[in-house]
Amino acid sequence: MNAIRFLLGQKLIELESVSPTLTVLNYLRYEQKKIGTKEGCAEGDCGACTVGIAELKDGQLHYRAVNACIMFLVTLDGKQLLTVEDLKTADGNFHPVQQSMVDCHASQCGFCTPGFVMSGFAEFQNRQCSPKNRLKTMSDEYQTTQLTQIFAGNLCRCTGYGPIIEAGKSWLEQAENTPPQDRACIVAVLKAIEPLESKQQRSDEQTYIQPSSVSELTEVLAQNPNATLLAGGTDVGLWVTKQHKILNQVIYLGQIEALKQIECSSNRLEIGAAVTYSEAMPILIQHFPMMEEYLYRHSSTQIRNSGTIVGNIANGSPIGDMPPALIALNAQITLTSQTGQRIILLENYFISYGQQDRRPDEFIEKVSIPLLGKSSALFKVYKISKRFEQDISSVSAAFYIELDDTQHIQTARLCYGGMAGTPLRATLTEQTLIGQLWTEPTLTDAALLLAEDFSPLSDFRASKEYRLTIAMNLLKKFFIQSQDQSPPTQLSITGDVTCA
Amino acid sequence: MPEPVLEIKTGVSASVKHDSASKHVSGEAVYIDDLPEPRNLLHVYIAQSTQAHAKILKLDLSAVKQADGVGAVLCAADIPGKNDYGAVVDGDPIFANALVEYIGQPLFAVAAEQIEQARRAAQLAVVEYAPLPALIHVKEALAARSFVLPSKKFQRGEPAIQLAQSANRLHGEIEIGGQDHFYLESNIALAIPGEDNDLKIYSSTQHPTEVQHCCARVLDVPDHAINVEVRRMGGGFGGKESQPALFASIAALVSHHTKRPSKVRLDRDDDMIMTGKRHDYLIHYDVGFTDEGRIRAIHFEAASRCGMSADLSGSINDRTMFHLDNAYFLEHVSIESHRCKTHTVSNTAFRGFGGPQGMVAIERVIDEIAYHLGKDPLAIRKINYYGVTDRNITPYDMKVTDNILPEITAELEKTSNYAARRTEIKRFNQHSLYLKKGIALTPVKFGISFTATHLNQAGALIHIYTDGSIHLNHGGTEMGQGLFTKVAQIVAQEFQVEIDRIKITATTTDKVPNTAPTAASSGCDLNGKAAQNAAIILKNRLIEFAAKQYGVEEGGVIFTARGVHVGGQLIAFDELVKQAYFARVSLSTTGFYSTPKIHFDPNSGKGHPFFYFAYGAAVSEVTVDTFTGEYKVDRVDIVHDCGTSINPAIDTGQIEGGFIQGMGWLTTEELVYDAKGALRTHAPSTYKIPTCGDRPRKMNIHLRCVPNRENSVYRSKAVGEPPLMLGISVFNALNDAVASIINYQAHPRIDAPATPERVLLACERMRQRGDNHDA
Ligand SMILES: Cc1cc2nc3c(=O)[nH]c(=O)nc-3n(C[C@@H](O)[C@@H](O)[C@H](O)COP(=O)(O)OP(=O)(O)OC[C@H]3O[C@@H](n4cnc5c(N)ncnc54)[C@H](O)[C@@H]3O)c2cc1C
Ligand code: FES
Ligand code: FES
Repeated sequence: MNAIRFLLGQKLIELESVSPTLTVLNYLRYEQKKIGTKEGCAEGDCGACTVGIAELKDGQLHYRAVNACIMFLVTLDGKQLLTVEDLKTADGNFHPVQQSMVDCHASQCGFCTPGFVMSGFAEFQNRQCSPKNRLKTMSDEYQTTQLTQIFAGNLCRCTGYGPIIEAGKSWLEQAENTPPQDRACIVAVLKAIEPLESKQQRSDEQTYIQPSSVSELTEVLAQNPNATLLAGGTDVGLWVTKQHKILNQVIYLGQIEALKQIECSSNRLEIGAAVTYSEAMPILIQHFPMMEEYLYRHSSTQIRNSGTIVGNIANGSPIGDMPPALIALNAQITLTSQTGQRIILLENYFISYGQQDRRPDEFIEKVSIPLLGKSSALFKVYKISKRFEQDISSVSAAFYIELDDTQHIQTARLCYGGMAGTPLRATLTEQTLIGQLWTEPTLTDAALLLAEDFSPLSDFRASKEYRLTIAMNLLKKFFIQSQDQSPPTQLSITGDVTCA
Repeated sequence: MPEPVLEIKTGVSASVKHDSASKHVSGEAVYIDDLPEPRNLLHVYIAQSTQAHAKILKLDLSAVKQADGVGAVLCAADIPGKNDYGAVVDGDPIFANALVEYIGQPLFAVAAEQIEQARRAAQLAVVEYAPLPALIHVKEALAARSFVLPSKKFQRGEPAIQLAQSANRLHGEIEIGGQDHFYLESNIALAIPGEDNDLKIYSSTQHPTEVQHCCARVLDVPDHAINVEVRRMGGGFGGKESQPALFASIAALVSHHTKRPSKVRLDRDDDMIMTGKRHDYLIHYDVGFTDEGRIRAIHFEAASRCGMSADLSGSINDRTMFHLDNAYFLEHVSIESHRCKTHTVSNTAFRGFGGPQGMVAIERVIDEIAYHLGKDPLAIRKINYYGVTDRNITPYDMKVTDNILPEITAELEKTSNYAARRTEIKRFNQHSLYLKKGIALTPVKFGISFTATHLNQAGALIHIYTDGSIHLNHGGTEMGQGLFTKVAQIVAQEFQVEIDRIKITATTTDKVPNTAPTAASSGCDLNGKAAQNAAIILKNRLIEFAAKQYGVEEGGVIFTARGVHVGGQLIAFDELVKQAYFARVSLSTTGFYSTPKIHFDPNSGKGHPFFYFAYGAAVSEVTVDTFTGEYKVDRVDIVHDCGTSINPAIDTGQIEGGFIQGMGWLTTEELVYDAKGALRTHAPSTYKIPTCGDRPRKMNIHLRCVPNRENSVYRSKAVGEPPLMLGISVFNALNDAVASIINYQAHPRIDAPATPERVLLACERMRQRGDNHDA
């Protein structure tokens, strides 16, 4: 049985031979003639193409909003795909998200609207089934913050968002107070089509391989060392939709149960290759609360619902946001192949721009992050971008400092993104800091050395001068924020002025 | 017993929902790419120049023609008519012929069964260029005196003498960036061949008539052979005023040659690379003022990047000249305008049409004066406002007769608590070393009407069917602004029927011909009046008929929400319509409107180019992180003038959306061209329009609904463009926050857009300056 099976709304679809790089959006619009889902950018940035995916998690239906434009159809195996056409009830009534948007005048040209509706829909459905949220009384401010996160990946050029947020407040309330409809029937179908075994398909020149275990994966990888590994596809998708590349062999990691694990021991947190940002965030924030805003500023809900943390590492980009934070924390990765495993420090993975320490027959199985424990470590992460939400960093920075009893610096790991061809530690600056007293002058002086550690590039995101200035200022800010009585230094995502 | 007065619920001044709201949320609203694709459809890819300025030495398309799935490959030589889509003057070739003048310029089109085939085939072309020197930025073009149109000048009084004699004098320069429209639906056209050489064209356009005329010219067929239709656009903002003609013409050409339907649909990158944007400007100012801060004399020199052709740049730059005064009386003034030719895509209309850039410049000048004199910028604004009875003549000699800015400002000062917040912010800044707050109140006075007088006309068509249902059509297009809803409300009001009786229909050139673009905020003013006129004509026919039929005076026939009162009788609207039909009364008519009072003499630079002005003002408060240059807009208060609002919900939506778009333009939306002239920010991953989280947490919008003093439709005021310029308050507040670093001793002169980078570098400059002062 190699067919890919999924529910399109209520209808079971089986595909025997489908291009592994056919996007969900093109499938919907061109093959299914479902035109409610729109294309605004084909790169995951505007949200016009947002659709909902329902899948089983511990026997329950879990919903997530994703960008159909960069998601490959084959990855839907065993899931339910929901589009704006599926939302009206049988008697023709609107879903509460739709009705609220109508009531609040939340559409003008309407082109973005189906995407907003679907982002709201996924959230609504999940809130219905998580009673833990239901007790919380939500302040207006809290609701707005939530909605801002829910919609960070949906652009609207017409409305200015006000009415969309107003509508959101209305449906958020309703979600808490509406019991979910009976979902048993969908659960049963999804159970029946659960892909437990590996699959393989060909379509013209293209091969799609969907292993179901790590050993199958290492085997096919050894046989097809040139294959493209596909996790969330939030990078790979763009190779197809933007660079118009043809990928001949695609191996999908997302159906391997072992790679979906998050494991937390007393001193380490391990995140598997198929774990998405959204899945990892609660536990990451629990252990690293200082990363919360950083993580919410990373891409958008839709992207975080698909993209993986390991994929962010594997992709090797100098502007990925996870590597600096994880390197500062001294994380390790496990590289696995048929011949065994290698565990290396994450920072050693990045060799130079476009080159990483991975053999073609290897894949990254997981990333392992030491917990902060009770140590006196200081740790902070910063992301600086042109726009607050859903933007690629001009510079990102993560600082980890351990002090001894006399306030002298014992350990320093200062890692930056956007400052070099890879995520890179400021080695010279670090060395100078070691043994020095933790004071403002120490940091101010050390910051000057960053100009020797880095010679960043100027591009359309930021100039060299700006990058260096931020790099230095962030180090000073880090010190100020480490002081108990620090004046306000941080703009929060809510726009409030906060004392860090 | 007198009956209680019953009013219709969906007439004028009701917050009726957008006519397509339900279809938007259900995904049933059809945009052009959603139409069922006709049999045999060809998909068209447009191959583009990779050079900013070059001679084409060779264009060999033979391999392209041989490629899989290719149905046609067309270039300049295949154009039967005129190879130009210039809206006002020539200069915009459909396909480059021997010369390319910007990166992204169409070279040829490939039509294939699938878009991917067309795209791949296009890569097989052999193109050889001989590069020529390219001018990319305004400064380069100015230095080379490279212009698309002659420079222009307004002058009044004796600015040079007065400048020299002023007690205080300042001069400076501001760069104001452009802006991509970023309508969510990119440009698209679908052409379907008919009999003879006829073509039906679905085009996402604000200007169906121009698309029609252009396609006819390109194909060398009469206008009547082309019928253009648009039901709705997924956003326009000016970007679909002149440019859709290019894409529709290419689709028309393909269909003309192949006799097959064809679709041109740009993906986001191609749309952003191939289409023009808001003009970026370099504006130099030299101002003389009294110790109180009143402007005595001012000289502006404004240069804009028009790109490779004139397109609409003439009128756009004129409007900059008309708005460099914004709300202020400039007694001795000279305004010079240069329309620079660069080797970049031709810039075009964008909400505000050159006005916003002018306003940014004068608002900068006001702040400079304030910091120079150590006064609150608001005080300087107020003493420079146009007077109500005197000091009320614009530099172009139009008298401002309806100045309500003093009232608007007073209201806003009070409701926003401006004075107290200003004090509080100063206190905050004194104590806060790293985060700095800024605040600014900026006004808007925006002239309503097309500056090209002939465009101020509109037509409408109404049929009443025998069941009493009404078919409404007019020349205006729907791009989200709610025009169709508003015009239907006007018709509903005339007939005293509910709006659901009225069918709103797609704009097509075969129903209402020779229309103006839906632009210049004039959509409702013009088409609303035309539709109202049509409704009145039909109403009068029904009145005349009823009076005769029932033997009453015409004055005794009254349309009410309950039905039509004819003398003592109440007759249902449908019933009266049916009777009129049987009595052989025509139930269909056109309506027409042309705006009165307007005239302008381009030679003398004097006249009355606007029917009236729309006003508004906003207060914005921001917080800046001076470590990183990042910032948040904390609170915005707006008072905006809508005249008698036809639909307060829709008008509020225009104000809020316009504000955010204006804010985006001046903050995070940065168009970056590299040295070769390639646009590097051509998709949302790199070009950042505001997101949900950028919307200020506190946003108070008040519609000021006082009837327009001019006889506009139901005394309403245009509201499409003016609110965009309220966003200037954010820009000025950011400058204000940075100025606080050195206690407002000098203006930080941040150029627009004030990206976090520009803000941080300005903070650093201020700090250095502060250090030097301390030393
Ligand atoms: C709109 C948008 C916004 C974004 N915003 C941000 C942002 O703010 N910050 C940021 O850092 N990133 C951002 N990204 C990029 C980010 O989403 C990706 O880098 C993501 O983390 C990659 O994970 P994935 O699972 O989607 O990987 P994929 O796209 O599936 O793969 C990425 C690469 O890694 C390889 N790969 C994947 N898994 C493995 C593995 N286990 N072993 C070996 N190789 C593997 C793939 O072959 C491919 O080369 C954004 C992307 C988009 C589209
Ligand atoms: S089309 Fe823009 S995110 Fe998918
Ligand atoms: S309503 Fe037009 S983009 Fe949102």
